[in-house]
Amino acid sequence: MELFPHGILHYAIGGLLIGLGITVIYLSTGIISGASLFLESTLSYISKLPRIQSYADSRDWRVIFVLGIVCGAVLFTLLTQQALWTTAVQGWRLLLGGILVGFGTRLARGCTSGHGVCGLGSLSSASLVNVLIFMGVAILIAQVVQVLGVTP
Amino acid sequence: MTGKRHPLFMPSIFVGGLIFGAGLAYSQMARPEVVLSFLQLKDFGLLLVMGGATLVAGLAFQFGSRMHGRAPLTGTGYARRTDVVDSDLLFGGLIFGLGWGLSGICPGAAYASIGIGNFSILIGIAGMFIGAYCVGLWKSKSLKPTQPPARKPSTT
Repeated sequence: MELFPHGILHYAIGGLLIGLGITVIYLSTGIISGASLFLESTLSYISKLPRIQSYADSRDWRVIFVLGIVCGAVLFTLLTQQALWTTAVQGWRLLLGGILVGFGTRLARGCTSGHGVCGLGSLSSASLVNVLIFMGVAILIAQVVQVLGVTP
Repeated sequence: MTGKRHPLFMPSIFVGGLIFGAGLAYSQMARPEVVLSFLQLKDFGLLLVMGGATLVAGLAFQFGSRMHGRAPLTGTGYARRTDVVDSDLLFGGLIFGLGWGLSGICPGAAYASIGIGNFSILIGIAGMFIGAYCVGLWKSKSLKPTQPPARKPSTT
């Protein structure tokens, strides 16, 4: 079995860039920023729920952060002259998966970048526990989905 | 973080996001199919991406927290990300895993996915907002309007 049938270079370079983006923000502002809190902080523009309002302080710069993420991907697409790409994952999986992802990441206070990259990078044992759970469950579910014949 | 900010604060956040998003696109994590190929154990590239990103960020956090300086644009000290294991962290991880395994999407990669032209990801992002709102609804019941949340992470 081949571990990396599509090579390793783009994975390694992409990973280093992700870490570099977090580093730029950390060294200049002291902020360790994951990606999922944007969901709740942005909802504070329209929801008065106390929990959601408690994240209102950071909502403006988190919008800028996510705009940066989108523009960074646009820049990559333009520079490498890649054609626009669309997923073949079905809409119902995106919607249902998205709801579960939004719920789970916000309940657990972090996602692949918050608990994954930033938490593990901080040597946080709580983040390690969270990552092992979500990765283990996700591998299990992806196998089940595959066995049921749902592709991709 | 409110009040008068350094004029370079927002540009710095934007540039950090720009590099972060370019990395997600470069590594192909912005494609749910590539994430799914890891979860289906066909290509272990995702571990290299997370490992590389964690290594770089981890070195920055180590460097920062050993320097007793303050961040130039905010004046705040350099800390590391800390959290506690509680039922929310465990249950949340489980629910996130269900969604990630079903769809191959996670928040940061989903934002970057818009930038590679994958506009149907907006369905997934709409779902994420719905899910986050449900957490807000649920967790607000135990919060009085004037009371700050039990733990207010500044880092997620």
